[in-house]
Formats: sequence, structure tokens, C-alpha cells
Amino acid sequence: MRRRWTGVTLVGVGALAFGYVVSRQDWWATALSWLFPSLPDVVFPSASLGYLVMQHLQIVLASGAITVAVGIPVGIWVTHDAGRDFRELVSATADLAQTFPPIAVLALMIPLLGFGPTPAIVALSLYGLFPVVAGTMAGMDAVPHAVLDAARGMGMGRWAILFEVELPLAARVIMGGVRTSMIINIGTATVAAAAGAGGLGSPIISGINTQNGAFLLEGAAATAMLAVLADAALGRVEALVAPPEERAA
Amino acid sequence: MITLDDVTKRYGDKLAVDGLSLEVGEGEVCVLIGPSGCGKTTTLRMINRLVEPTSGRITVGGRDIRSVPPEELRRGLGYAIQSVGLFPHLTVAQNIATVPRLLGWDRGRIAARVGELLSLVGLDRGAYATKYPRQLSGGEAQRVGVARALAADPPILLMDEPFGAVDPLTRERLQAEFARIQRELRKTVIFVTHDVDEAIRLADRIALMKDGRLRQYDTPEGLLDHPADKFVHDFMGVDRALKRLVRVRVDSVMNAAVPTIDESSSPEVMADRASCATQRFAYVIDAEGVVQGWFDCRALEGGEQADAGVTRIDWRESTVRPDASLKEALSRMLELGFRSIAVTDDSGHLLGDVALSGIEGAFSEGDSHIASAGTEEQRP
Repeated sequence: MRRRWTGVTLVGVGALAFGYVVSRQDWWATALSWLFPSLPDVVFPSASLGYLVMQHLQIVLASGAITVAVGIPVGIWVTHDAGRDFRELVSATADLAQTFPPIAVLALMIPLLGFGPTPAIVALSLYGLFPVVAGTMAGMDAVPHAVLDAARGMGMGRWAILFEVELPLAARVIMGGVRTSMIINIGTATVAAAAGAGGLGSPIISGINTQNGAFLLEGAAATAMLAVLADAALGRVEALVAPPEERAA
Repeated sequence: MITLDDVTKRYGDKLAVDGLSLEVGEGEVCVLIGPSGCGKTTTLRMINRLVEPTSGRITVGGRDIRSVPPEELRRGLGYAIQSVGLFPHLTVAQNIATVPRLLGWDRGRIAARVGELLSLVGLDRGAYATKYPRQLSGGEAQRVGVARALAADPPILLMDEPFGAVDPLTRERLQAEFARIQRELRKTVIFVTHDVDEAIRLADRIALMKDGRLRQYDTPEGLLDHPADKFVHDFMGVDRALKRLVRVRVDSVMNAAVPTIDESSSPEVMADRASCATQRFAYVIDAEGVVQGWFDCRALEGGEQADAGVTRIDWRESTVRPDASLKEALSRMLELGFRSIAVTDDSGHLLGDVALSGIEGAFSEGDSHIASAGTEEQRP
């Protein structure tokens, strides 16, 4: 019990530390000018790092929310009688959506949706769908058949079975899928800058265009830190939603 | 209580159940048995509508089950299965509470009922209520499964090989306890098994099925003594005389008036109390009446110390309980090489004994049957 909450506390401390480091532009300037002494500008001038992180998080959370809101119900649907016939199709489609390069999806979205965060959010939600759908299917498949038979045989309705038996038992595996999806999303969201959506991709793209390695490193390092932090945080969530019998282990 | 009228279940071209008609009376244990694929499980699952029949009519308590919503029907039919299917994320108490919760009982009533059921199936409520299924042994899990099926006190129990997944010794104990619980509760039970001994032991009536058809529906004695055809005869096995012993409880042939001597007695007193003129053996018991061994009068004839006539035994290993079957008593005797075996309660207190001659008596009651079965076997 105690260990569960120490983990949560550590993640909280990590988040505060990250927030503080991001807010100290001067630290970044010192560090980057030491690494790149020949460059006149070492910190991305158009926006502060804190602002870029917030922008990045908005894109990630918006697309992640869509991914989860679509992916989990779809995963549930294809593992039950109503949608079992579509399982292969959905699985293949989600698979394909991930093999498609996100930059290409983005490029396809821009003529349809224009510049800004919208095409980026759509592209990222599609791209992150596969791990969530696959995780949900794996979680549902892992619920023992005998448990479902007993639940039905005792007179539980289908919604009661879903919410009281299947989802609690599958929660950890589903959360694993969500975690993978979100981590991929944080990294991939840097391409959103190409569509003018901002975020931590902006200094990276600007760095590439102006051959400024400091800008590039600024965006990449902050993205990496954000990804590590999100991974730890979602890892805690995963442990918290695990069935009690697994928590002991 | 339960009737099946010309019930058929078809999967594609295959007839899983073919024109089955069956009637189970209130308080009866009906065992469905047959080789795998004979349709016994399908039959059971049609009664709680987990499987819908292709044709035919099933009534429970006089009502056509098609007129009852499946969930409501199932909450009135206790359901226990071989793989138990306990909810791994819920405690034992929460598992047992499933149907009462669905029926909207209040918390106090559920808690009281859970405690009652744990005691009924022989589990200590303090130690088990908060455990998770993963922490239980196979036998304990099966007990919890039975408790869960009984939770809302349904008049009918549907059990699909409920003791199938445990070792033979545990199964024997679970069967004895099921028989005890059933004597107390008098439920109407449909019980699926592939174990002939289990069927003979627990059934009031056995429905023997093959290829989806009912081959014979009769009492265990009826199936043993008057098999309808060669299939029934072969299925019940060649050791039918032995199987009959499964139906006889130890206490029904137990000799309660056995000579006993106190273990603290002197050898002379032992010799005297053993009244060697009439009885060769006497049981040695301690102050509480727990069996410690026996005393053999032959030892006195050799002029040896009377102590030499005492054979010490551990009652946990070398005695039987009164609700055991004669078959179990006989097999224990053969295993231990005894001509009689002490009967004790659960704490080792001597109740009496069963001798080989007593078992022969039970055999001879069935002599005529054994003889007639013998002639049948000679048919071409």
C-alpha cells in the first residue's frame, strides 16, 4: 500500500522539477551556449520554453483523449458478439494507421483542414490508435472464459459484466496500451509544428531550417524529458488500476 | 420442478441434444452423465438459457423459461462450474455476494449470509472472507464456488462438474460434504459429471446420455441392476458390485458396541477388559475417547508382556468417518491390511467399527442382483 503512494509522490516531485527547469530560460541559455559557443542565438526566440511545453501538452492531450475515447470502445466492440466480425478489419486498419508515416498523414490533412493544431490533432489521434485498440483487445481476450461463463450464469447483465468484471480485469493491459500510445504521441507531436500547430517541434524545425543545433537540442531535450515524465506518471496509473490481486505482486 | 419436453439443440448439422425429455422432482439430485460430447453440458446450459434450444419446451417450477428474462431466470438458479470462475479481482466474500448484490439485498443481510455460507462449506469465515481467489487451493476455490451458487438460496442448483478440477482425495471430501449439505438443504440439483462413482454416490436419479439422446433415466440401483441395454451396462462398468458399496454409508453397517480399554490401564486390566474369551481385539482409547490403537489378546497366550499386544495407530490415517462410503472403508482396509477398521468422528473419537463381515452383509443384500447381472453378461 505505502509503496503505491511513494511512487505517486515521486512522479509529483518529478513534474514540479520539470516545470521549474522549463521555466528557467537562463539555465538553458547558459547550458546551450556552453555546448554551442559559436552560435549567436542559443535559445529559440519566438516563444518561451514554458509556452512551447504547454502548447505541446495541449496537442498531446487533445489527440490522446480522442485516441482513448475512440480506441477503447472500438477494442471492446470487436471483442464482443456485436462487433466480432469486424475484428480483423479493425485490427488491420489500426495497424495500417500506425505504419503510415505521421508526417505524410499530416501533409494529407492540411489541404482538408488547413494549418494549425486541428490537422495535427487528427493525424496524431489516428497514429496513436493502434496501441490502444490492441491493448484493449488483449485485455479483453485475457479475461478467463470461465469467469465470463460464471458471470453470465449467475444472471449478470452485459453492462454489469463489462463494467464490473471485464474492464476491472483488463484495466492494466488497456492502460499499458494507452501508455505506449501517449509516449509515441509525445515524440510524434513534434511534427505538428510543420503544420503550424506550435509545440516543442517549433524549435526543432527552426533549428533544422537555420542550421541551429542549439534550438534543435532545446526542443528535443524538453520533449525527451516530457516523455520520460509521462511514462513514469502513466506507469503509476497502470499500477493503480491493476486488479488488487496483481497489486500485491 | 424441472421438466424438459422433447428438447433438441442443433449446431449446424450436428445434433447436440436430440429429443430429450426429462423430469426432475423437487429436492432431487439428478445427475447427467455420459461420454464426452453426449450433450450433458449443453442440456444443463439450456436450463438457465446460456444455450437456447432449437426446439422443445423447458419449464422450471411450472413456468416456461422462455417467458422469463434470462438474467432473472439465472438469478434464481444457482450455478457452479468445473473451472469455478471466481472473479479474481474480488475477495471471497465479494464473490459469494454476487447474486445477493444483483438482487439488491442490503449490506447487513449480505454480510450475514456470506458468513453463514462460508461455515456451511467448511471454511473459516474470519480467515477466508478477505482472501483473493488466487490465494486459495483448488479445493477451497471449489467450496467458494459452491457457496457462491448457494448465496441467494435458490431452490435449484445447476452444477457442471463442480468437483472435476481437484485431486481424487479432495474430490472425495467435497462429495461427502456436498451430500451433507444436500441432506440439510434439499435443493433440486442438476449435476453434470463424467465420473460414474460420483454419479452413483450423489444421485437420486441418473440420466445416462449418449450422442444427445437419453439412454436410461433411473435410480443408481436401477442402472446397476437393470441396465436398459449393452451401452448402459458397459458404461456402468464391470465392478458394479463394488460400485453398489458407494451407495452404502459406513454408519449404516457400523458395529457401535466395540470393546474398548483405557490406554492408561495396566496390562492385566487390559487383558481383562479385552474379555479375551469372546473378542480377540479391543480398541485402546485415551481419556477423551480418541482412538490410539488396539489390543490383541493373542499376545497373552504367549505369556509375553501384555504391552506387546498393543498396536498403536494414528486415527487420522487409519480410521474412517461415519459418512464415508463402504467402498472407501473397504479400500482403506485392503490398503492397510486390516480385517476391520475403526470409525471415528472428525476429532478421532471412537464411534464403532466396520468389519469385512459387515461389508459382506451389504454385498449379500445385493446378491440376487449380482447374480442376475452375471447371467446378463453371458448373453452373446
